[in-house]
Amino acid sequence: MAKVASIWSRLGEVAGLVATPLLPSHYLALIRPHVRQARVEAIRDEAPAVKTLVLRPARGWQGHEAGQHVRVGLAVDGRLVARTYSISSAPERRDGRIEITVKAQGRVSNALHALEPGAFVTLGAAGGEFTLPEVPRGPLAAHDVAVGMAWRVLFVTAGSGVTPVASMLRSCAARGEMPDVVHVHYARTPADVIFGEELRSLAVDHPSYRLVEIHTATGGGHVSTAGLDALAADWREREAWACGPQALLDTIAAAYAGAGRADQLHVERFRAALAVIPNACGGRVAFATSAVATDADGTTPLLHIAEAAGLAPPHGCRMGICHTCDASLVSGCVRDLRTGTTIDEPGARIQICVCAAAGDVELSL
Amino acid sequence: MMTIDTESFGRELDELQVATRATLGANDRRYVQRVIRVQRGLALGGRALIFASLPLLPVAPLGLAVIGTGTLALGLAKILENMELGHNIIHGQWDWMGDPDIHSSTWEWDNVCPADQWKHSHNVVHHTWTNVMGRDRDVGYEILRVTEKQPWKPAHLAQPLYNTLLAFLFQWGVAMHDIDLGALRRGELTLADIRGQLRGIGKKAGKQLLKDYVLWPLLAGPWFLPVLLANLVANGMRNLWSYAIIFCGHFPDGAQTFSEAEIVGETRGGWYLRQILGSCNIEGGKLFHVMSGNLDHQIEHHLFPDLPSNRYPELAPKVEAICARYGVPYNKGSFARQLGTTLRTIFRLALPARRRALAA
Repeated sequence: MAKVASIWSRLGEVAGLVATPLLPSHYLALIRPHVRQARVEAIRDEAPAVKTLVLRPARGWQGHEAGQHVRVGLAVDGRLVARTYSISSAPERRDGRIEITVKAQGRVSNALHALEPGAFVTLGAAGGEFTLPEVPRGPLAAHDVAVGMAWRVLFVTAGSGVTPVASMLRSCAARGEMPDVVHVHYARTPADVIFGEELRSLAVDHPSYRLVEIHTATGGGHVSTAGLDALAADWREREAWACGPQALLDTIAAAYAGAGRADQLHVERFRAALAVIPNACGGRVAFATSAVATDADGTTPLLHIAEAAGLAPPHGCRMGICHTCDASLVSGCVRDLRTGTTIDEPGARIQICVCAAAGDVELSL
Repeated sequence: MMTIDTESFGRELDELQVATRATLGANDRRYVQRVIRVQRGLALGGRALIFASLPLLPVAPLGLAVIGTGTLALGLAKILENMELGHNIIHGQWDWMGDPDIHSSTWEWDNVCPADQWKHSHNVVHHTWTNVMGRDRDVGYEILRVTEKQPWKPAHLAQPLYNTLLAFLFQWGVAMHDIDLGALRRGELTLADIRGQLRGIGKKAGKQLLKDYVLWPLLAGPWFLPVLLANLVANGMRNLWSYAIIFCGHFPDGAQTFSEAEIVGETRGGWYLRQILGSCNIEGGKLFHVMSGNLDHQIEHHLFPDLPSNRYPELAPKVEAICARYGVPYNKGSFARQLGTTLRTIFRLALPARRRALAA
């Protein structure tokens, strides 16, 4: 077998040499243009303004764990854009497909909503630490097992924050190993509960899964320590996973920190993809690779700022034509001094010789 | 240099650029993806035809027709790759798509010149210092005398010969272009200084040579030689064609050169003016646009080197109209006129200026 594998890898090397400067896959793409992409197999409405996309990953995709997220990309107006989504399906799915559940907000999500089955999207590798271990781990789980109890878990989710937890619950159900779960979920109305019917019937089928729906439009209060006490008196003994808006995560984190149990809490943050574009010009400029930060006004090109801070970034024309000085925007917002347009998409390539800070900026320099 | 209101001239060209950039979208992406598909199809199809012709070679007319067609397709693929794709993608014209596969930071072209060195010699040096004597190494490529402002030396007597050699070996000229031969001659650079560049060229050229002159011929077994020759012809086609298009960019009659003193304190509008006065367009149809990498719109390319090339045809009449309003000469002519006057200059300037011309 090893011999066969080495012959194949040799053949691959030779194929690479005859295709140089391209790769053999570039020519294969003539016949199968979407070979590295995921196909949208089906799209279904999940809740108001929420759709689930069933994706068939390309061959060789590495799979995922329950609770992980994945970067999904597509071309919008000719530009490749991507966003990270939690996978809402369970890794135990037999057909190898995965699902993402998308709320229509923002450029990428709106574009995904507009797709039809048969479309293709790019799919990154699954990642993230917000996962439920298949085998209960840690001192809390050990305690529960030692006293002959089921492993006690708390899920706190709001809105589309339910998606990674749905993957965990589906995984537990598929394996027939549902822990002792209290799941507190916030949504505006019962109809807004994503996977509402499925979660409710899961609670019927699995006595150890208790779903607490809180409907904020009809007076359901937001989360608090007192609220937690009322919903799950033993929450301090539960390992917790929380996903939702920043305010919710802050409250849960404060509760667990206050109880001296911050290490029991796992949170998944979905930071807003776009920075706020400030009216004020200039700001703090951080150069991530060099670990240097400095202040900049709104009119001095970032290349000058970097040089004044003692860096020596590669550059050429210093007038925005040669792209030698391009750097990646890590976060924040810059203004193209030639056009006045602002660029705030993380990962965008910035011509630092003609762009200035528009608020705080972090660059990959 | 002529004097015009460079501030408002520059503003009009800036506005044209911004307006065009604002309309880039899905159609442009489809265009470049289509060119890529056609280019790769031609390359693969050309090589397949060359191989298919091999058993037919004894049947002379048929075999030659098939290998000729295959070679032509491969040559066209190399031209498309270097001109409409490589040159333009490496300029960053398609970076706005955010597509890592079609991006100036990742693209390597089918040419012995490494893309990173080309980015410096061409995007930085040539495009910043276009036609400035002593700064832009594209003025005669340091071996040819293309303007009377270059002092005549006896070595120029042989420049019709160098010129012919350069045309046939053009990709090697491109590969060596980032090495500052002038500084090397003057002793400002030593061999040690350029060792890194030479290593880069050696690595890239090695791969290219291995592909076209060893591996593909070896795959043909007993027909090693015909495949090698076909690849040689295809590379040669690309060399001659890119030479011809590129020499029409800045050397035809009417193109101006500048001294460093002339560009002291140059404004953005002044820079635009210099790009126009130093560049020449070739008139042609749609196919000619694509096969020349839209460098038949050399003026528009020099004004907006990182705007996608497929937009140059629509920009050209607008740029020409702005030039007409400001009385700025807009140099365009047929391929025969632009190439003809270029070659005439190269032959004429092989000889020293006549005394009368000097006196005038």
